[in-house]
Amino acid sequence: MAKRVAIVGTGQTFHKSHRPDVNGQELINEAVVKALADANLKMKDIDAIVIGNMDHFEGINYVDCWSVDGSGGTMKPIIKLTTGGTTGCTVAIGGYHLVGSGMFDKVLVIGWEKNSESDTTGAITTAFDPVWDRQVFAGAISGLAAEAQAYIARYGATDRDGARVSVRDRKHAMNNPYAQLRKEVTLEEVLASPMLADPIHLLDVCPRSDGACAVIMASEDTAEKICPKPDWIWATAARHTYSYLGDADFGRLTSMKEGSQELWKKAGIKEPRKEVDVIELYQPYSFGGLIWIEDMGIVGPGEAPRYIWDGNTDMGGELPINPSGGVIATNPIGATGLIRCAEAAMQVMGKAEGRQVPDVNFAFSSGFGGCFWTDMILHGKKKPK
Amino acid sequence: MSDQFQGIAPMVYQSKINVPYSWWAGDTATRFFVALRDEKKITATKCGTCGKVFLPPRKACPLCFTANVEWVNVSDEGTVLTFSVARRQLAAIPHDRKIPVIWGLIKLDGADTAILHYLDEVKPEDVIIGMRVKAVFSETRKGTIRDISHFKPVK
Ligand SMILES: [Zn+2]
Repeated sequence: MAKRVAIVGTGQTFHKSHRPDVNGQELINEAVVKALADANLKMKDIDAIVIGNMDHFEGINYVDCWSVDGSGGTMKPIIKLTTGGTTGCTVAIGGYHLVGSGMFDKVLVIGWEKNSESDTTGAITTAFDPVWDRQVFAGAISGLAAEAQAYIARYGATDRDGARVSVRDRKHAMNNPYAQLRKEVTLEEVLASPMLADPIHLLDVCPRSDGACAVIMASEDTAEKICPKPDWIWATAARHTYSYLGDADFGRLTSMKEGSQELWKKAGIKEPRKEVDVIELYQPYSFGGLIWIEDMGIVGPGEAPRYIWDGNTDMGGELPINPSGGVIATNPIGATGLIRCAEAAMQVMGKAEGRQVPDVNFAFSSGFGGCFWTDMILHGKKKPK
Repeated sequence: MSDQFQGIAPMVYQSKINVPYSWWAGDTATRFFVALRDEKKITATKCGTCGKVFLPPRKACPLCFTANVEWVNVSDEGTVLTFSVARRQLAAIPHDRKIPVIWGLIKLDGADTAILHYLDEVKPEDVIIGMRVKAVFSETRKGTIRDISHFKPVK
């Protein structure tokens, strides 16, 4: 890597179920203006833009061009990256590569979605093979449900363990003014909510949201001049494991396991549970909050329920997860991974206000796609070696 | 919500864009579908390097990156690796499948990868991971994966 890269500013919208008061460009613009203000930069300072959203969600397939009125991309280098659910994390990784290459000094990264404008089921179905998997489909939630069933069968977990994760994230969302759903729920309310696909209840899963997020990255040449305490990007990873759903190891997230091992190795982290201070996990359903932290190596296989019941991942615990309320509280899909990245950056920069975790040295953020692909970023306070 | 509007109710424009596609299955998948339709046989490709048997059949091994030239027959019986029960009649579920729809991954004897399909002739509460199931073929077969109607428990 030619240049070290840091995040020097972030911005996001107040996420809602519907934003009929703005069109897509105007929604994007709200996040961009906030990120520029946070970094104390002007649009003319930006050298390139990376933008992304979920394919088919708004039915506009030249978003890089169409969005320039809101993104500031008029007559600037702008590129669209889209990878389904991981899009928001992928655009951040793309921005990191552009700045790290030394070819662009300051890059604006944007993720956005107006989920209210889409047929979510129809759009998500296009993420699966048309000849094989789509012919015998049962909806995206069924794929996640099958993952949870396999985990439950393997380790003896219960639907109460999943519900505990949902209770945590919804409680954390109370501290985040940008979250869409800000209502605490009880374990009993989660378990009594309608069953969508066994063992997943309605309150175990994310909502649909309209929202946008923007992040500004700068090279080591200017980062500390723009921002005295920037968020340094230490490492990124991306993994895919299958073409057909039957190839995946249901009950384990292999892409998370391999990707996070790459992160820990790059950063020299031996014990992620002790060395990472906060996690913003792209966790669209509660059971992912159990399974995937085991794949990250935070705890061993089958140990997540105990670790979570003991309060270790709550605010004030050993390793708080999703201080923002996470995806279960807010899910404008193309923005969701970038919101994780921005929230992790805010934690490192000390700008997370009511949801700040004290003394963050390392933070982890991730993206998750369709079924079982994963992108991730390791953020740090210190400049990488 | 109305406080967002500042006295103006935004217009909304409806669309039903129709975008037809035709997906070619290719020689490899077509050979599988023809055997399924005409002979009720379930076939798979085997990697000559690592020996793994792939279902759906793969033209090349995704790990070794060598051509899979050998075809093998796999059993119409196998094991349930995992499953779920869809409780909502989503648009993505075929119209002839009514909720509760049991959906799962089945590893057929002789294959190293699982296929996705429906389970039926069993109550949702009686399905367990590890149970043995057998393919039930459709009476009219058209050369798709739904030439297998569903899988049912082995008695
Ligand atoms: Zn092979």
